[in-house]
Amino acid sequence: MIEVENLTKRYGRHTAVDGISFRVNKGEILGFLGPNGAGKTTTMRILTCYLPATEGTARVAGFDVFEQPLEVKRRVGYIPETPPLYPDMDVETFLDFCAKIKGVPAGERKARIDEAAGKTRVGDVRKTLIGRLSKGYRQRVGLAQAILANPDVLIMDEPTAGLDPKQIIETRELIKGLGGDHTIILSTHILPEVSMTCGRVVIINRGKVVAEDTPDNLMHRLKGAATLRVEVRGDAGAAESALRGVPGVLAVRPPGPAGGGAFEVEAAAGADVRAEVARAVVAKGLDLVGLTQAGMSLEEIFLHLTTTEPVHGDVPPPAEEVTA
Amino acid sequence: MNALRNVAALVEKEWRHYFGSPIAYVALTIWTLLFGAFYVLVFNRFLLVSMRSAQQMEFGGAPKLSLNEWVISGVLHNMAVVALFITPMLTMRLFAEEKRQGTLELLATAPITGLQIILGKFLGALSLFALMIAAGLLNFLLLWRYATVPPEWKPVATGALALLLVGACFIAVGLFVSTLTRNQIVAGAATFGLLLGLWILGWMDDPSAGPITRVFAYLGLLTHLEELMKGVLDLKDVVFYLSFVVFGLFLAHQSVESQRWRA
Repeated sequence: MIEVENLTKRYGRHTAVDGISFRVNKGEILGFLGPNGAGKTTTMRILTCYLPATEGTARVAGFDVFEQPLEVKRRVGYIPETPPLYPDMDVETFLDFCAKIKGVPAGERKARIDEAAGKTRVGDVRKTLIGRLSKGYRQRVGLAQAILANPDVLIMDEPTAGLDPKQIIETRELIKGLGGDHTIILSTHILPEVSMTCGRVVIINRGKVVAEDTPDNLMHRLKGAATLRVEVRGDAGAAESALRGVPGVLAVRPPGPAGGGAFEVEAAAGADVRAEVARAVVAKGLDLVGLTQAGMSLEEIFLHLTTTEPVHGDVPPPAEEVTA
Repeated sequence: MNALRNVAALVEKEWRHYFGSPIAYVALTIWTLLFGAFYVLVFNRFLLVSMRSAQQMEFGGAPKLSLNEWVISGVLHNMAVVALFITPMLTMRLFAEEKRQGTLELLATAPITGLQIILGKFLGALSLFALMIAAGLLNFLLLWRYATVPPEWKPVATGALALLLVGACFIAVGLFVSTLTRNQIVAGAATFGLLLGLWILGWMDDPSAGPITRVFAYLGLLTHLEELMKGVLDLKDVVFYLSFVVFGLFLAHQSVESQRWRA
């Protein structure tokens, strides 16, 4: 549905987007992840024909964003970072105006507005001036505007920014529900959002794609050596030697102030040594009170991929190996 | 068909902004008050002068004074200058506010063309100005009701047209200036300065001046009003105003597009 090839955008000498390529299939929800200033917004603006690219091509539903912007715009609903709203209009008037400029036929307009307002739960503020609405409502009116013309593609720039936790959950549910019918690109720097809503993730940093995969695979691939956190009650020295004796264990770090009272046991990649570890501890007559597998969270992956220096000394693979 | 619908939607939206804020009411109030004030002043002067000339008539003196020439054309001339002060108020927010609010992104990513946006905004402001002219013209109805020799309607029509045309030029200039900034006040002040400059150019109009001076004087927006106010519909003047408007809208369009490229 969306094909981005070698897209580059330069602002004077500054390169905001540097030759990125990715694809989004029909009905897919793609998470577009990156720190602030990574080029997320610029990419989205190019896809919505707001900005022209310096180099490269982008096609939405088969139409080139540069050659046939009107065809692209007809098929794309867009929510910029700050929802573009007129504070002096009430919600219904605003949506009516949007429906008109989006080319919704007069006969369908009312039904479309009702549906969009219903889906985004802004029905109870239809007659309220947008300027008087809370941030959460404004965000939802912005969302209503985007889905108004029932576009094939939805492009959302941080749609949950500034919402309270309940609204965030509601918005995520809504976005999930929109997937399937719509192809969605969702930018965010909130990582749980991606693992919850997106089928696939593109991580960009400094204008370049540094990783592209499903959230699960990303976590999996980056795990490398699995780390176990083992909590033992009893003699620490005996415990450490017991743990070191387990076959497959590469390193044992005794509980330090950072460890939170637990041993960190590093095992070879792919090896599940949990059962052996438990048995070894119990065999020594010590109490095993906790055993957890510390997989790398999306946060750690993200930091790892987008920071040049390793965050933890023990995160081994450099970014290049991940994207390979 | 679609283009027309888009432009109409934008005109309607501009009217909502005008009447959803104090702008339309302030502009209409100032305009109609000044229109009425000039009308009363000019009319009283007309009565005074025509009374004097009536006294002179006994000695076979001056010809009868024309309401058209004295009252209507006089008032409309003054109102052209008032328009110079008021139109920046109508145009300053057209683009500046959309840029500040980020709503330009909404318009620019909707399936409408840049030209439609420009035209919608231009016609939105121009139609409000047309309403202001219409409201002012009501004053003249009294002349038809009470004057023994009612004025001719044709000079009134061409005079109103002249006012509309000169207002269209002011609005085109203001629209262009509004694309250059995201600050309404800056847009308003710069428009006003520019319009004042274009008005003053007309003061150089002097048949004995050199060709370069004459060219600049020709650009003076108010100099082209004379013939139209007299009731002479000269194509030359109409074309001048229309091409000025087209040029202003062209500049506005180029400005919006080029900012997209440089952004």
